[in-house]
Parts: sequence; C-alpha cells; structure tokens
Amino acid sequence: MRFVDEYRNGGDIRRVLSAIGAAARRPWTMMEICGGQTHTLLRSGIDRMLPESVEVVHGPGCPVCVTPLEQIDRAIAIARRPKTILTSFGDMLRVPGSDVDLLSVKAEGADVRIVYSPLDAVKLAQAHPDRDVVFFAVGFETTAPANAMAVWQAHELGLTNFSILSSHVLVPPAMEAILGSKDNRIQGFLAAGHVCTVMGYEEYEPIATRYRVPIVVTGFEPLDLVQGIYMTVVALEAGRVGVENQYSRSVRREGNVPARRLIDQVFEVCDRPWRGIGVIPRSGLRLRPAYEAYDAERRFAVESVSATESPLCIAGEILRGTTKPRECSQFGTRCTPEHPLGAPMVSSEGACAAYFRYGRTA
Amino acid sequence: MSEREAPDFSRAACPIPLGEYPTVLLAHGGGGRLTQMLIERMFVPEFRNETLDVLHDGAILDVAGAKLAFSTDSFVIRPIFFPGGDIGSLAVHGTVNDLAMCGAKPLALSAGLILEEGLPMDDLWRITRSMKDAAARADVPIVTGDTKVVDRGKGDGVYVNTAGIGVVLPGIEVTPKRARPGDVVILSGAMAVHGIAIMSVREGLTFETELRSDSAPLWDLVRGLLEGLGSRVHVLRDPTRGGVASTLNEIAGSAKVGILLDETSLPVGEDVAGACEILGLDPLYVANEGICLVFVERDGADRALEILRSHPMGSEAAIIGEVVETHPGAVWLKSRIGGTRIVDLLTGEQLPRIC
Repeated sequence: MRFVDEYRNGGDIRRVLSAIGAAARRPWTMMEICGGQTHTLLRSGIDRMLPESVEVVHGPGCPVCVTPLEQIDRAIAIARRPKTILTSFGDMLRVPGSDVDLLSVKAEGADVRIVYSPLDAVKLAQAHPDRDVVFFAVGFETTAPANAMAVWQAHELGLTNFSILSSHVLVPPAMEAILGSKDNRIQGFLAAGHVCTVMGYEEYEPIATRYRVPIVVTGFEPLDLVQGIYMTVVALEAGRVGVENQYSRSVRREGNVPARRLIDQVFEVCDRPWRGIGVIPRSGLRLRPAYEAYDAERRFAVESVSATESPLCIAGEILRGTTKPRECSQFGTRCTPEHPLGAPMVSSEGACAAYFRYGRTA
Repeated sequence: MSEREAPDFSRAACPIPLGEYPTVLLAHGGGGRLTQMLIERMFVPEFRNETLDVLHDGAILDVAGAKLAFSTDSFVIRPIFFPGGDIGSLAVHGTVNDLAMCGAKPLALSAGLILEEGLPMDDLWRITRSMKDAAARADVPIVTGDTKVVDRGKGDGVYVNTAGIGVVLPGIEVTPKRARPGDVVILSGAMAVHGIAIMSVREGLTFETELRSDSAPLWDLVRGLLEGLGSRVHVLRDPTRGGVASTLNEIAGSAKVGILLDETSLPVGEDVAGACEILGLDPLYVANEGICLVFVERDGADRALEILRSHPMGSEAAIIGEVVETHPGAVWLKSRIGGTRIVDLLTGEQLPRIC
C-alpha cells in the first residue's frame, strides 16, 4: 500500500537502527509522547532491536489513560439518565469508573454508542430531537478540531439537544510537567506527529530552549520512529537543543491554521487533572462561554464522586516514564487487560496494555 | 476518612474486574477472551462430556461404524443484507463450513428462524431464496426447520440458526489437538474481507472500491485437500469471529504448541489493508467467512498449496507460519522488520482507536 509500505520496509529500518547504534556513544534516555508511537515500537519489535545505550520510555500520550476517574463517573451518570444517548470513541467504553464501565451501563439498558467522529454524534442529535445526545470528548490536540467542529455545527444548526463532556488535554504542558519534575530523567523527546500536524511545533521551541532538550516531531510508522530516535540521538550527541521535524510529510511549523482557528474559536485553555499525574496548569481545553450551552457538565448537574484509585497501581510513574510497565510488581500478574488495576492496562493505547499485548516474553 | 488501612490484596483489582461482569456484554459474543472465558468457565464444566471437550467447530459422533460431524451456529448479523451476501447465505455457509472443518461432507441442514413482527415479507423471501441458493451451491438439503415470531422491538428483524450433520471422510481426523511442531500453517485466502465489508456498511464508511463479503461454502475446497493429502492434514479451522489471531490462539492452547507467524506472508488485500489502517483495526482480529486455516505436515505443504491455489476460492492461499515447540499455548509473530511480538487474544471486541 502506498504511503504505508515504504515506511515499513525492513531493510531501511535495519539500516537506520544500525546508524543509531553507530551514533550513540553514550547512554541516552528519550520519551515518545504518544500512545500510538508506543504501540508501533512494541508491535514492530523496535524496542527489542535498539542498542542498549538508547532507552525509549513511554509518555502520557494516551488520552484514555489520562482521563480522570471522576470524568468517567460523570459520563456514566449522564449515560444513565433517561432519554439520553451517550456517544464516544470505542476505547473509552471499556475504562472502568469507580463502579462500572460504560459497556456495563450499556448492558444495563443505557443508550451508549460508539461513533467514529463527533460529527456522527451531531447527526444523531438531529435524528433524535427528543433525546439528549452527549459526546464524551476525550483526546489531545489531534481530536480537538473535529470536536470543535461538532460544537460549531450544532450551534449553526441551532441544536438544543447536543452537548459534549470535554476531557481535552494538551501535550506541551504535560512535557513541561515531566521535564520540571525532580525525578525527571528524560533527555529528549519524540513529539507526537499528529498533534503537531494540527498545532505545528512553534510552541515546543521555548520548551526545548528552557529545558535544554532536543525535541523531534516524529511520525507513527516504524521507519518514522527509528528516524526520530536517530535524529534525537544525533542531536543529543552534538549537544544540540531545539525542535527538529522528522514528520515533514505531514507537519508544518505553523500547523493546520484553519483547524487551530476553529479550536481557538470554540475552546479556551483551562487547568485539567490528569489521571495518575494530578492537575497540570493550563493543560486542558474547555468550551468558551459563547458555547457553554453545549457543555454537558453545565447542562447536567452531575454529582461529583470522589473516586479512588487502586493503591497498587503505579500509573503515575508509568505515565511520567519513571518506571516501565515490566518493572511494576503487579504487571501481568495481578494487573492484566481482564483485571486492570489502572487505565494504562485498559486502553489499547496504554503503555501497560501494549507491553502485555506485544511485549511479554515467552 | 479513617487512617489508611493496609492494602487488602483480595480486593485489589479494579472495582469491576472486566472478566467477571454481573451481566452479559456484547464482548461475551465477540470471539475474544470473554467468549473463551464463558465457554471454559460456564458451558464446558456444566455440560462436560468427552465429545464436547474436544472444542472443535463441530462434534464428532461414532454412529453405526460411521463418523458423523454435528454442528450448529446462530446468526444475528446487522445489516441483514450486505455486499456479497445476507444473513441467509451466511447461515448456510457457516454450518457447512463448521462441518467441513471437521473433515466432513455436509449431509443435511436444519434452519431455525426467529422473526420480528413487522419484518417485510419481501425481506423474508429474499433470505429464504438466498438460503436455498446457498444450500444448492454447497450441495446440501435443508431438511427440517422451525419458525418463531417475537414482538416488534424484541428482535433485530431476523435471527437465523442452522445446524447440520455431515459424514467425515474415511481415514480423516482433523482436530485442533493434532497441531504439532513442524506443521506448516496455511491460510487459504486473503484475511479480513468479510469483517471489513460488514463494518463499512454498518458504519456507513465508503471506500474507493466496494468491499464485498467473501462468504462462501468451503467444503469443495477442503475436499480436494483431504483427498490429496489424507491424514497429513492435521487441523482445519475457519477463522470467523475474532479472526485469524483468535483462532490460532485457540489451536495453540488446545494442542499446547506454539505458533510462529511471518508478518510479511500474511495475505491482506490492498483495499482491506487500507480500511484497517483508517479504522485502526488489526486485520488479524477481523472476522472472515470464506477462508480457512490449514495445518499440514511440512512435507505436504507444497502439495497443499498447489491444491488450494488450483481452486478458484484458494488462489491467494499462502503459508503464513509454522507450529513450534517453544512458547506452547502462545502465538508469536515475526514482524516485517525482524522483531518479534506476541499475538494475543483480545479481551473483547476490537474497537476503533481514538487517534
């Protein structure tokens, strides 16, 4: 398949891997931000083929994993309301809240539906004027334009039965939280290519300068990943800081300007709690006052539940990259995809689930 | 809150461990780990008997010196009509194929219809004719049946159950337990066609080319193989629900052998691969209807490929892997860049990812 096969060519990938081996004279630790990249690394087996001196740790870039328990409980409470259709992307339905997950609520009789796009949720709202249609909007900057578009469309259509439960998070503040933490050991970043396709990479430049790290905007195919790692190693060896762009076939410095304008029109930046990490200032998006009629949190007074996590789960350490899933004493024993102790084991993009699916040793 | 108590390990899982739901979820029928748990922890222990314990696509019964295969399958597919077939043809093919995977020539089928009040009579005619045509193509009569109607809103238009009996070819024993190290694993055609065709209709996704389900009766294809290779064919399975990955996991578990796949040799059509990329689905886990997995002794592999490829339904047959002694019970895959990874059972249904 064009635009895919050329980035999965074994010969090319092995050539870059050996170039990484030749370039890395000292041990380096870098982080890939995005859960999609974590999966490519493990799915293609790159993690086992890297030289020992290059360590890649997995970042908090799984939107499902970092969605706080309270927000999932809110979604469940909304789904249980009569005459309500709760919609979300498939992954979100399996993450347990304090009591149950959305799939169980669906089995109880609630109308919970998987959609492929928030615009499908808008169509549902048009088709069911007697129902409240709520879209559980999780995700990073990648999904923000489509979610903003859904709200904008609902507004243009004059829909009064559509709203979103926003749990949007932003990548740069999370990177700063990781770099600024006292146990940080990340020396360079592979930035998430799809996030940067939307947002560009201007906002990463001050981070690279302030924390003196290289940041390489990287794609998602195996060849993208090894190239991103190679560029990061070369920059680290040369002592170079700043932003470089491996994913130039998709990413421009200014990003997708109309998409950014739409996000800015509908959303504003807010503080946001991240599951396993805590509140990160200015790390989320909420609807602007002009669109607050579409805010499910305002619309449905859902009692907030104080949710507690399993004391055995070290999701915070996993999401900050200080501990690898295999180093967790619960991994694969008490904590499996059937019995997850925390979100990184539930979501298919979670680091623990990726290790469980692809990385267990025989 | 009182001071923090020492962690109680007996309650250390998530509030609701996903394996032990108090109610049935859709994923219990998804062919993944939850389906397997239902079978292993509820049905098999309760119904326990030697014939069932084999856990093949059908049961093998010794009747008056002959070996009969007996199988049943229910169909709840939505939409009822889809490119390449409908619930009627699918129901006939499903049971015919279950019998074929036991090495049995289908002899007779039953058809049980559960109809929802309000189903257009035209639709029922279409389904009935389609069952008739599918049965004729598979050369098997529908000899008995049953009809029930449920209140409007209590069904999804129509559900179909078929059951069938067949006679196992003399000298043939194909069962998952016969997979052994050294066997070569062949897939008779391209993966994931049926599942992606259904999904694209169901979700209103359109691609440049129309994807059509490959649903078809497999007996004719399989018969050639069994007549040509006899007992050198160890296992036959059609990787329906849960796809090739789930079926191979079942076989690996049942025979307590390892299976090693080669990613570069997995047959996936360009259009299906493209759809899977867009939807974030792994074709290894997508449902199939018109293909089967064949485990054959190594020295028969070339002949098996030749036989399969000479049949119109097997033209894309390919060797996709082998049975190994290492990692018994698990399926591993050698990635196209030379890395390895485990190919696990999915917990529930494969869900499209977020970004």
